[in-house]
Amino acid sequence: MTRQQLLPGVYLTYLPSEKFKTSILSAQMVVPLRRETAALSALLVNVLSRGTSHCPDMAALNRRLDLLYGAQLDPTVRKKGENQVFGFTASCVEDRFLPAGERLLEPMADLLGDLFCRPATRNGRLDWDFVSSERDNLADLIRGDINDKEIYASLRLLEEMCAGEPYGVRRMGSAGDVEKISLQRLDRYYREVLARARLELFYCGSARLERVRGALERAFAAMPRQGEIPLFPVLRREAPETPRVVVEEMDVGQGKLCVGFRAASGDAPAMRLVNAMFGGVVSSRLFTQVREKLSLCYYADSVYHLRKGIVTVSAGIDAEHYQRTLDEILRQLDAIASGEWEDWELESAQNILRSNLRSMTDSARAMEDFCVGQAAVGGVQTPEDIARELEGVTRERIMAAARSVRPDTIYFLRGRGERL
Amino acid sequence: MRETEYPRLGERVWRETLPNGLEVIVVRKPYHVRKYAFFAARYGGMDLRFQLEGRRRVTPAGVAHYLEHKLFESQDGNLMQEMGRSGVDPNAFTAEDMTAYYFSCTDGFYRHLGELLRFVTAPYFTRESVERERGIIAQEIRMTEDDPEWRAYEGMMRCLYGDGPAALPVVGTVESIQSITPQLLYDCHRAFYTPANMVLVCVGDVEPDRAAEIAMEILPAESGPVPAREVEKQNGFIPLRREAMLEMEVSMPQFMAGFKCPAHLTGETLLREGMIGDLACDALFGESSPLYTQLYGQGLINSSLGGGFDQLPGACQLYVGGDAREPRRVLDEILAEARRLGEQGIPEDFFRQIRRAAYGGMLRGLNSFEGIAGSLAEGRFDGYDYFRFPEIFGTVTKQDVEAFLREHITPEHAAISLVVPPPRGAAEV
Repeated sequence: MTRQQLLPGVYLTYLPSEKFKTSILSAQMVVPLRRETAALSALLVNVLSRGTSHCPDMAALNRRLDLLYGAQLDPTVRKKGENQVFGFTASCVEDRFLPAGERLLEPMADLLGDLFCRPATRNGRLDWDFVSSERDNLADLIRGDINDKEIYASLRLLEEMCAGEPYGVRRMGSAGDVEKISLQRLDRYYREVLARARLELFYCGSARLERVRGALERAFAAMPRQGEIPLFPVLRREAPETPRVVVEEMDVGQGKLCVGFRAASGDAPAMRLVNAMFGGVVSSRLFTQVREKLSLCYYADSVYHLRKGIVTVSAGIDAEHYQRTLDEILRQLDAIASGEWEDWELESAQNILRSNLRSMTDSARAMEDFCVGQAAVGGVQTPEDIARELEGVTRERIMAAARSVRPDTIYFLRGRGERL
Repeated sequence: MRETEYPRLGERVWRETLPNGLEVIVVRKPYHVRKYAFFAARYGGMDLRFQLEGRRRVTPAGVAHYLEHKLFESQDGNLMQEMGRSGVDPNAFTAEDMTAYYFSCTDGFYRHLGELLRFVTAPYFTRESVERERGIIAQEIRMTEDDPEWRAYEGMMRCLYGDGPAALPVVGTVESIQSITPQLLYDCHRAFYTPANMVLVCVGDVEPDRAAEIAMEILPAESGPVPAREVEKQNGFIPLRREAMLEMEVSMPQFMAGFKCPAHLTGETLLREGMIGDLACDALFGESSPLYTQLYGQGLINSSLGGGFDQLPGACQLYVGGDAREPRRVLDEILAEARRLGEQGIPEDFFRQIRRAAYGGMLRGLNSFEGIAGSLAEGRFDGYDYFRFPEIFGTVTKQDVEAFLREHITPEHAAISLVVPPPRGAAEV
């Protein structure tokens, strides 16, 4: 795997592989995640996905993709650390499975280049019809976050806990922000990111590096590069003395309890394992103790947000079990910090994480997400590097890392009129 | 084991029928770290009536699915716990014509393969544990009843097949599962989970001989008799009802339209007919079809429109559905387009385009271990080799698809099921 600069501010990560039937080509802009621009990026990628100067509408674009043997093109907007990453991920069948002489990499690269550099325009600006219809669609989509209460509660926890920090901004901004965007504003933003946002390209497939470089350099040659929008290190804060509690009511049958912790420890391998033992994998304490043994919740798991240094727990509960579940969640973390656990728990966490990390190399999409994430935050590790670091982690390091994890915010979504 | 190479797919497959009748299939994927096992019985939600050792059995709906739930409870309670501690999380599904159990892992594959084969073939349940499961499954059934998309599909199947096995949900109904007893579960397990009625597919960097050895060691040395599936005879292709309607809390009406088609195919003809049916869907209402673009532009459909072609034992239908404010009008437009394409023909370049996309889609499917295993297992049960799809796809012509549209996608064969919001004001009454 290599990463190199193609043009000013344009980088290519190249991962050769003969394993897959399809190759992946991805082009992603990286900008700081900010309230003022998050919605602009999300809307922009949706507007660009509507057509190019060569394929000016969806029918023409779909025809083009069909003729490339059912190539797939997905607009993506992701949050990586406190950066926002947006663009397109494309995949197409490898040439060796097609009739002799078919070459899909070059047309696919051209299509990606066109989506960014030659969008469908009217009077020299982005097409107003596309902007207004995609603006409505995107606002509806963001409002739809509320349909899945589990996801919604997790989003609300981050908004509350990281209010005032970039991490509290949603991946695609808010529906209100989207609705305020004018054509002029979006068009200006488009020109700015095209000229100045870092562009991360990713390829995984069997083509040689020279061919991939050649195809992409040609496809993106029209990018007007002028300087780079700077990216910043993430903000890390400490947990307050007493955790904040936020309660919201809605028409829901099942309550959603989310707990956010700040993890001060810089020992990333130990923190990954603490999270796995706590609630990250099927053999974890939240799963086996809180859910299965005590039957306090319908589901419970935890996520370690590595770059940001926070841990979030999410559980579905009956409102009457609120206090008991919360106490039990905190107690399980304390048990890990004070060493009240058996060796198999650590071994199991190591095995499962190692297996997950190594399996990632069997999926080109998972590797794209991993590599784009690493590139966006300046990481240089491979999944294998991370797996290796897990090996030597001792009981003491687990305990020390777990001691650094302190509750910051508790968010509870409950049914209307229910008592705690 | 017997090795077959498929140069057009870049795949190599090892196969063997063990002395006890179990078919073992290993798709070797060097350079992959993940290994996957898929162990399936030719027994699904539609197998309500069957012959075993000369005796006819009639069972209530939902037994295959109930059995799937119960097999995860083994006599050796530690087995599941051991797998969990290694991060292996075996899972299962019950389809209309198959029940399958599977897991994937990177380390300890052969040990876990043994565990999988053991818990699937050694049933252990008590009256209490079967009773406890009844509540859990009833919950699962009630959850599907809240799903408008599912209700629309079910309504369509009932229009097409009345109360035949194809129209009954795989999970059964809250009423039908009441009469399921431990003895019935044991009987059906003994009948269908016999080696000659099963297939084991492994995908990944797996040694074929070792997988076969483990299967020999753990499974019975001899198979029991293979049950004969009793399949409904098709009596023409006229739906039993034309339309069904149901009121639910939905923001916009949803519909599912179905067209009854001939079933009873086996072998490569079945696979080929499936390709023709899928291409007919692409030509008729696929995202790049003229009709889709037109209806989308008119605001008659949104991106939820979709469908497919299903071939089940004794039942076969093309279906299409989604959100639409005027569902009957959408069905009329689909019928008119089918007639137009059937009579005037599908334009050459459009056919070439959807054909390419369909072929690319099948190749893409081979990235998925789950997809590979499922397709090969289906092929084993239905008598074809799925990996011959490039050769078979090569024989499908534009005329085949036009004939399919002309013969089957007609008003006589159509039924529509609607899920609509309650009339305004009804809530206050």
